[in-house]
Amino acid sequence: MMSEMIREDGRKFDELRPIKIEAGVLERADGSAYLEVGGNKILVAVYGPRESYIRRLLEPNTGVIRCRYNMAPFSVDDRKRPGPDRRSSEISKITADALRPALMLENYPRSMIDIYIEVIEAEGGTRCAGITAASVALVDAGVPMKDIVVGCAAGKVNDEIVLDLSEVEDKEGQADVPIAMMPRTGEITLLQSDGDLTEEEFAKAIDLAMEGCRQVSELQKEALMKKYSTE
Amino acid sequence: MDIVPEITRQSITNLVKNDKREDGRELTEYRDISIETNVISKAEGSARVKLGGTQVIVGIKPQLGSPFPDTPDLGVLMTNCEMLPMADPTFEPGPPSDDSIELARVVDRGIRESELVELDKLCVEEGKHVWMLFIDLHIIDNCGNLFDACELAVMAALKSTKLPVATIVDEEVVLSEDETFDLPINNELALCTFVKIGDKMIIDPTLSEERVANARLNVGVTKDGHICSMQKGGKEPLTKDDVLYCVNTAIEKVKDLIEYL
Repeated sequence: MMSEMIREDGRKFDELRPIKIEAGVLERADGSAYLEVGGNKILVAVYGPRESYIRRLLEPNTGVIRCRYNMAPFSVDDRKRPGPDRRSSEISKITADALRPALMLENYPRSMIDIYIEVIEAEGGTRCAGITAASVALVDAGVPMKDIVVGCAAGKVNDEIVLDLSEVEDKEGQADVPIAMMPRTGEITLLQSDGDLTEEEFAKAIDLAMEGCRQVSELQKEALMKKYSTE
Repeated sequence: MDIVPEITRQSITNLVKNDKREDGRELTEYRDISIETNVISKAEGSARVKLGGTQVIVGIKPQLGSPFPDTPDLGVLMTNCEMLPMADPTFEPGPPSDDSIELARVVDRGIRESELVELDKLCVEEGKHVWMLFIDLHIIDNCGNLFDACELAVMAALKSTKLPVATIVDEEVVLSEDETFDLPINNELALCTFVKIGDKMIIDPTLSEERVANARLNVGVTKDGHICSMQKGGKEPLTKDDVLYCVNTAIEKVKDLIEYL
């Protein structure tokens, strides 16, 4: 009954916004990626694994991952004050948690991997887009991984479960469920939910978000193939 | 973290001594420059500049605010620079470093001292409401000479900036939803940065040239050939001849740089 529904920006309920992913866009970083989804523009750089120069973070038997999610002051309608706030600190933490399961950090004792996510322009769903781009940057950096983590959100707008919320839908919608997963095993590495959902709606949202993740995952691989295939 | 291997130091110094550079450029030659404007649709003005491998993004956001008491009828410019840790393995997150503050202030000085932004036209109501322009520089890839890249980016972004028309209705500021005006600009400028290696001044240094050099000079020149800002950096001195040579070269080079805008 809902499959015919058209959303505010003309998308179908299970349709992603247009996505562009590019690997290896920065010179200095060990690995980098640029991602656009809808109006979001996100840059990610990866450094490492390198020797941990921060003593208190050093682990003698495993590597550590540090993540910094940061929004540019000009990325949103009203200028954001530069520097970390509570929201970006939280996103930094859960992004590191979302990526960690795919990394074989135990092979890199006393070292650290730094991931810098810069939101150049924001239009809803930046945390998932950041994770998607960060994975591509990690591959670009040559960090051994078990899988390429991918992020995508589903949510509830006008009582319908829809995929990949835009900024307007996120603001006016009733719920938002961002997830990240490892597509090979289907394991979920990030899950948040805010807003009002019934149990059925939640199950539907998860399924939809995972389906979205699988589609985005193909685009990640395409971007990497484009950069690294030897023709 | 910033150690230059002796072999790099010697090779760069020897090259410059023979009027050569590691990337094959002349001593007064810039790397490739590309400028894109309006790259951020949510910012009222924006630009992305590539200078060789160096990349910066700048966004300009306006906010209505109170003027400074000594200039009740003038708008306000504020320049801030984030040397993002993504740009260089030695950049750290946190409050701006001294280098970052210097960079922002040198870039700001050029814009401010050349008076190219007509700040009197940014006054909405004298003493009460003026436009404040926040110029936020994001360094995303550091391959040397951030100064010139940033100044080009700011200049290009200012030229692309559009502000909403503000009117006073019943003593309150009302912003037009669809009517905008171009930021009033009456001049253009560019910055030329030199570093001294051996006894030669070279323009647009790469990262390794910057590290080897012990003195730096930034020269800001407007379209009409006036010098509007200068800054000397580094631990070693410059001679008067060095400075005069740089000014002379900068005035010529700025003509080419402004062509890119």
